[in-house]
Amino acid sequence: MQVVVCIKQVPDAKNVRIDPETCTLVRQGVESIVNPHDWYAVEAALRFRDEYGGKVTALTMGPPQAEEALRETLALGVDEAVLLSDRAFAGADTWATSLTLARAVEKLGPVELVICGKQAIDGDTAQVGPGLAAHLDRPYTTYARRLELLDGGHLRAERVTDVGYEVVEMELPAVVTVVREIGDPRMPGLKHKMRAKKKEIPLWGVAELKLNPEEVGLQGSYTQVVRVFSPPPRCDREMINGDAETQAEALIKLLQEAEVPGL
Amino acid sequence: MDYFLTEEQQMIKEIAAKIATEKVRPVRAELDETEEFPRDIMKILAQSDLFGVYLPEEYGGLGGGVMENCLAIEELGRACIGVATTYAASGLGAYPILLHGSEEQKKKYLPIIASGERLAAFAVTESGAGSDAGGIQTTAKRDGAFYLLNGTKQWITNGGEAEIYTVVAITDREKGARGASAFIVEKGDPGFSFGKKEKKMGICASATRELLFNDCKIPADRLISREGMGFIVTMKTFDVSRPGIGALAVGLSQGALDISVEYARKRVQFGKPIISFQAVQHMLADMATETEAARALVYTIAKYIDSGAKDISKLSAMAKLFPTDVAMRVTTNAVQVLGGYGYMRDYPVEKMMRDAKILQIYEGTNQIQRNVIGQELNKEYGRIKETFF
Repeated sequence: MQVVVCIKQVPDAKNVRIDPETCTLVRQGVESIVNPHDWYAVEAALRFRDEYGGKVTALTMGPPQAEEALRETLALGVDEAVLLSDRAFAGADTWATSLTLARAVEKLGPVELVICGKQAIDGDTAQVGPGLAAHLDRPYTTYARRLELLDGGHLRAERVTDVGYEVVEMELPAVVTVVREIGDPRMPGLKHKMRAKKKEIPLWGVAELKLNPEEVGLQGSYTQVVRVFSPPPRCDREMINGDAETQAEALIKLLQEAEVPGL
Repeated sequence: MDYFLTEEQQMIKEIAAKIATEKVRPVRAELDETEEFPRDIMKILAQSDLFGVYLPEEYGGLGGGVMENCLAIEELGRACIGVATTYAASGLGAYPILLHGSEEQKKKYLPIIASGERLAAFAVTESGAGSDAGGIQTTAKRDGAFYLLNGTKQWITNGGEAEIYTVVAITDREKGARGASAFIVEKGDPGFSFGKKEKKMGICASATRELLFNDCKIPADRLISREGMGFIVTMKTFDVSRPGIGALAVGLSQGALDISVEYARKRVQFGKPIISFQAVQHMLADMATETEAARALVYTIAKYIDSGAKDISKLSAMAKLFPTDVAMRVTTNAVQVLGGYGYMRDYPVEKMMRDAKILQIYEGTNQIQRNVIGQELNKEYGRIKETFF
């Protein structure tokens, strides 16, 4: 059984800045970290392997230095890692990214389960996981807090909702995104870390993935960023103090003054 | 400061530091308060392969030595020396087997200690035998293919929690120091039980208990080395373990310094951060200088021991003595820098000051370390024929 975990290297949220001219993230001089949500995906993948056997392969698309992120996952006990890096991949939106990842998953041979973090802290779209499932034509679920392999090769997942959780079952191969309730990421191990340092990480570009440069990166992206802006500040607020009765009276008075219909 | 660590040493430091920051620091106050044994943290240290850093690869370790052990201990100690003592004490229990055990004993015990699957402990101290190990009353009597142990060991770190104990007992009282022997006792051996858990001033996360031997019957092949080697095994063990206590002290001092400087930069009095006052600056300067000096001493001596040197007793005592005295001063001054806040349990430095005291006491009081150093100086200079006048 092969489990693939997709991770993303993102700028450290503590230092993010947006270029007002180009409306894109300024990455120069900003330290890169592994998207914090992806650590839960790595932990989920490792637990799944530890429980049911097989191996875990980590996948990332990014600039050459994203290899460091993969080595960090190897230090936790991930078995293999592949870096998807090519100038043609630059500027990809979630469509082009998930297409590229999908081709890589296919190239990895039989993959029973793909696990992603719920979203990345830079783009915050939460689209790549489901997009990947669409490109692979596999069932998927999101925000899973528990994964269980059932007899007969089905996957049972508990997915967190606003009011509780749902239990869903699907056939493998499948794609899931996970949330932090899946369990705290483990600490790196010394032996894994030593192995990670020397481990060869294959580099795949458009040629290896048999992709047309027009399908990927900025060219293959349907999303065009027209403008990026901070949401306007909320309008004036007034806090009403006092006991419940006083507050209610004051509120009614304010609503009447504002000529809210019915009051 | 760059100590030009090897790649492996750097990794040990990084992993221990990550665990200390993410898993130990957030719970240290709670562990101190509840005196709960840090089982979860020991499990994490085991999964991260840290229990075997100083053990040879053939026994499941990583092939490092005293230096590697010190690096791991220091980083853990930076967060909590109660937790770090628990970790280090397992090494203390393993050293007699590593240094003097038979091949069978090494093969049986070291891999499970290296993996962290089992904790070890070392038991010498008794109510009447502390600095004077000659006062040991616990006896071991040969009985065919077995030994029968009788007596009580006191203040044993990891007592009750460890599975593997190296215990020093008297096999021949008439021979004095040459009449002691070291044995391996396992939790669950018949006649072996535990006394009460001690309530301590500091390092409350570490478990300290009595070991009770009541006709405790162990196979004769649990004897380490030969009968009569008990004191030599003990001394040789302390020679390699004492820099570890120095490393605990360096970690603790660094942890106290970290908090003191951060606080002094933020705390405003008379309209200025208190670090701008020379009275505070000079305290911090001394704390930092002594901490760095202690670290340099521990690393240098640890590396010297790992080089295979034989004349290590004096140096190893120095590597325990100086850093632990420094830690007492640094943590006391950390409380002073933080003032009233420093004295409150809401802030971590009062715990650090309580914790520091044990470092001057256990694994040979600092007075005993000075004895060792003084006696070695006497011997050393006695051998020199020339005069320095």
